Amino acid sequence: MAINKDIVRKVAHLARIAEPEERLEPLAKELSGILGWIEQLNEVDVEGVEAMASTVDAALPLRDDEVVEGDTGGGKSDAIVANAPKTEDHFFVVPKVVE
Amino acid sequence: MIEPRKLLKGETGDWEVVVGLEVHAQVSSKSKLFSGASAEYGAGPNEHVSLVDAAMPGMLPVINRYCVEQAVRTGLGLNAQINLWSRFDRKNYFYPDLPQGYQISQYKDPIVGEGAIEIELDGGESITIGIERLHLEQDAGKSIHDLAPKESYVDLNRSGVALMEIVSKPEMRSAEEGAAYFSKLRTIVRYLGTCDGNMDQGSMRADVNVSVRRPGEELGTRTETKNVNSLRYVRQVIDYEARRQIEVLEAGGKIDQETLLFNAETGETRTMRSKEDAHDYRYFPDPDLLPLKLDPIWVEEIRASLPELPDAKKHRFMEEYGLSLYDAAVLAADKRKAAFFENVAKGRDGKLASNWVTGELFGALNKENIEIGDSPISANQLGQLIDLIKDQTISGKIAKDVFALMFNSEEAGNPADIVEKRGLKQVTDTGAIEKIIDEIIAANPKQVEQVREKPKTFGWFVGQTMKLSGGKANPQAVNEILKKKLGID
Repeated sequence: MAINKDIVRKVAHLARIAEPEERLEPLAKELSGILGWIEQLNEVDVEGVEAMASTVDAALPLRDDEVVEGDTGGGKSDAIVANAPKTEDHFFVVPKVVE
Repeated sequence: MIEPRKLLKGETGDWEVVVGLEVHAQVSSKSKLFSGASAEYGAGPNEHVSLVDAAMPGMLPVINRYCVEQAVRTGLGLNAQINLWSRFDRKNYFYPDLPQGYQISQYKDPIVGEGAIEIELDGGESITIGIERLHLEQDAGKSIHDLAPKESYVDLNRSGVALMEIVSKPEMRSAEEGAAYFSKLRTIVRYLGTCDGNMDQGSMRADVNVSVRRPGEELGTRTETKNVNSLRYVRQVIDYEARRQIEVLEAGGKIDQETLLFNAETGETRTMRSKEDAHDYRYFPDPDLLPLKLDPIWVEEIRASLPELPDAKKHRFMEEYGLSLYDAAVLAADKRKAAFFENVAKGRDGKLASNWVTGELFGALNKENIEIGDSPISANQLGQLIDLIKDQTISGKIAKDVFALMFNSEEAGNPADIVEKRGLKQVTDTGAIEKIIDEIIAANPKQVEQVREKPKTFGWFVGQTMKLSGGKANPQAVNEILKKKLGID
């Protein structure tokens, strides 16, 4: 599959990666090359073979519905916001976003 | 075939409105879908947040068994296919209240597939609405925009709370049907106990999809109005959107597929995200989570533990007690009301019991804003009152007076005692009734003459007799004796 400049611009925007205009063309070329290389896999006949969901042949482990403390539980609002650039009353404070 | 009465009239002809709902129902679990933080509503900012919910590096999600069970339970309650193999995908987008940068959801392989439920419409009609799917997903956090002029405050307490997204087929054709469907879903999840159905707290909210088309034509372009959290608003959104779209199309315009927000104050919708900026979610299987495999024995155990569902109860009430669809649906809509009715109806005339429960009792409860659980009259007492009507101890009219005395707690005790104490027993002794009637006839020769020419004035005599008997005369006996004495057939 050939990737053009427009696709690179769109994907970069969706991923919130700032790419200057002059980088789009070279990136399109690079990505097309990578995709072309991966497309070799299409040569394998997979007729009748179900797609794999995981390389691990195991089912999803289930946990009990219990409220816990610690890293996998709540009650640590100090720690949660500790690294935030700005906080107020344990809220994260971010530039205004309004839909 | 669409019924003409459901079509909307435009300037240039009829339009059909097509509605589909995506309802988010919060699973009534103690902890979150993939972490042990509390899912309870109303804590201080970020108090119910684990390192998993805050998407700290290296944290891994572990799924909550109870949430899986509730999704299966709800699926069974929607008469839907349970998929023994399902999996989770990442839905990618950026927003400050979504720290992971993606929502864990189920895209291609949901836990529950197609199903169907019945909804009841005004006028005693019942129709079936198809369910497309139900999947499990995480809720996002909450952004608060009005605490500071140039900043938004983010609270992640909701982040990671388990939601069931229930998607209908686009099979509703009016605002009434959309609201009835939403209401029925709430009844079902409440019966099952899988979601508390509390719309005020956001436990249940709907994304409302609306499009219009000329009858019989292809589906039109739809708009999606987000996070509508009451039955009334669902109605308003459908009505408003249908009208707006018809106006645009009739003026020669076209509908943009867009996401809208509903303004409850104005009753209008407005654009949230334009089509150009439409999200491309780039779903892909979440590599942190293995496929979810359900043991069919477990699914059968869940099925065996289901309560009688509202539709089944409704049909049983119609068959067992001879109720109309409307009455049966009203009673079955609330588990506690249905149980109350059954206690009253047990061993009695079901129709009469239903009339007293849905009419007199619900009317009085609504007026006083009292929940059925706090009813001042017990099912047993109401049953005894009905027994007194049935064995002709009191008339239906006196029964309403006794009901009012009991309801307002002016008189404690069982209805038979009240009737006894207040001397309200119905007079069926024809001798006593005859005596009253003789007196009336003797005292009113003019009316007696008049009634022979104008039989319509007969009612006056009935009224007089009832009045003089203090309302206690048996109405049937009064009618018979009066007719005989006045010589009217």
